[in-house]
Amino acid sequence: MGEMEQLRKEAESLKDDITAARKAVQDLTLQDHVAGTAVVGRVQLKTRKTLRGHLAKIYAMHWGTDSKLCVSASQDGKLIVWDSYSTNKVHAIPLKSSWVMTCSYAPSGNMVACGGLDNMCSIYNLKAKDGNVKVMRELAAHTGYLSCCRFLSDSEIITSSGDCTCLLWDIETGTEKTVFAGHLGDCMSLGVAPDFNTFISGACDFTAKLWDIRDGQCRQTFGGHESDINAIGFFPNGNAVITGSDDASCKLYDLRSDQELITFQDSSIMCGVTSLAPSLSGRLLLAGYDDFNCNIWDTLKAERVGVLSGHDNRVSCIGVTPDGMACCTGSWDSFLKIWN
Amino acid sequence: MSNNSASGVISLQKTVKQLRFEAGLRRIKVSQAAVDLKTFCLQNAQKDPLLMGVPSSDNPFRPPKSCALF
Repeated sequence: MGEMEQLRKEAESLKDDITAARKAVQDLTLQDHVAGTAVVGRVQLKTRKTLRGHLAKIYAMHWGTDSKLCVSASQDGKLIVWDSYSTNKVHAIPLKSSWVMTCSYAPSGNMVACGGLDNMCSIYNLKAKDGNVKVMRELAAHTGYLSCCRFLSDSEIITSSGDCTCLLWDIETGTEKTVFAGHLGDCMSLGVAPDFNTFISGACDFTAKLWDIRDGQCRQTFGGHESDINAIGFFPNGNAVITGSDDASCKLYDLRSDQELITFQDSSIMCGVTSLAPSLSGRLLLAGYDDFNCNIWDTLKAERVGVLSGHDNRVSCIGVTPDGMACCTGSWDSFLKIWN
Repeated sequence: MSNNSASGVISLQKTVKQLRFEAGLRRIKVSQAAVDLKTFCLQNAQKDPLLMGVPSSDNPFRPPKSCALF
């Protein structure tokens, strides 16, 4: 028992050290630094396209790298690949399990992946020679639901799970290469860094963690949220991380100073954040909420500068095109909307 | 009972090891981080379509409508 007590004391002491080290570099706050910067003017985006076709709640969407094609996943048991310019459905892929929670488009455009309550990540080949889209691999090892997945390439994918871990997979062999363990609650979301060397995960233990993809090491842990983190994403320059939580706030954590710099919250917002995406320059933060709306925040000034309203149910997913031209919202109302 | 405390010790040892690693991180000053964040936003503002607005001639989601006057 003596050893447990000693270890507990050491853990507390180290936590105090980290808090002190973070405070020691707080020579100025971000608010001080941007005091002279003007808030961006009101941002009014219009729905340019509505993608209709799903028959049940949409849980996830992800843009392809061409900023034109995107994939969406619905609990109607379908993955649909859309041409967002024409609103045509390029592929409508029936799933073995309709309890899908996430989907991802490979950077090459050759594959899509999805998963959910089946605890598996299914990889689909879009470019099979016979023209039929079929399952290429079923990645099974997680002991909990698949909450998020993101391709690194055609041969590697990272998944996050309700079993509190994230995994790096070799798609070719269908096996796990690296386990990322450390979260004390369901992992809900993940984001890959622009340089593909690290990724971030948000979990139901209210923390976000930064991981080294190659050696599996958790480099940094960020706390401060008062409830589950549902959404996470990198600031476009890779130096900061943005989280969205059931505590109704989003937070921006800077990686190099290892601390929270801003909280995006408003007393009038009392529902959870479900999804988020920064604009191309990072100046705007688009966040989807349980109250059917999407709020647009000025990232530097932490002020709300716009709202996207038009869905008749929760906004469950949001994504900005890689070229920054538009954002897409997906909702439990079964529709996807493209805005700019 | 002893099994529980053994795994409890191992788990705590891992926690302490991780905290030691995180405590050893080299941190830059918040002022520097703030400058870089702001600079990145301002430098890329002009190239940000959602921020600047998209003229309909350049908007792939909004093909310009032709006006037919008969």
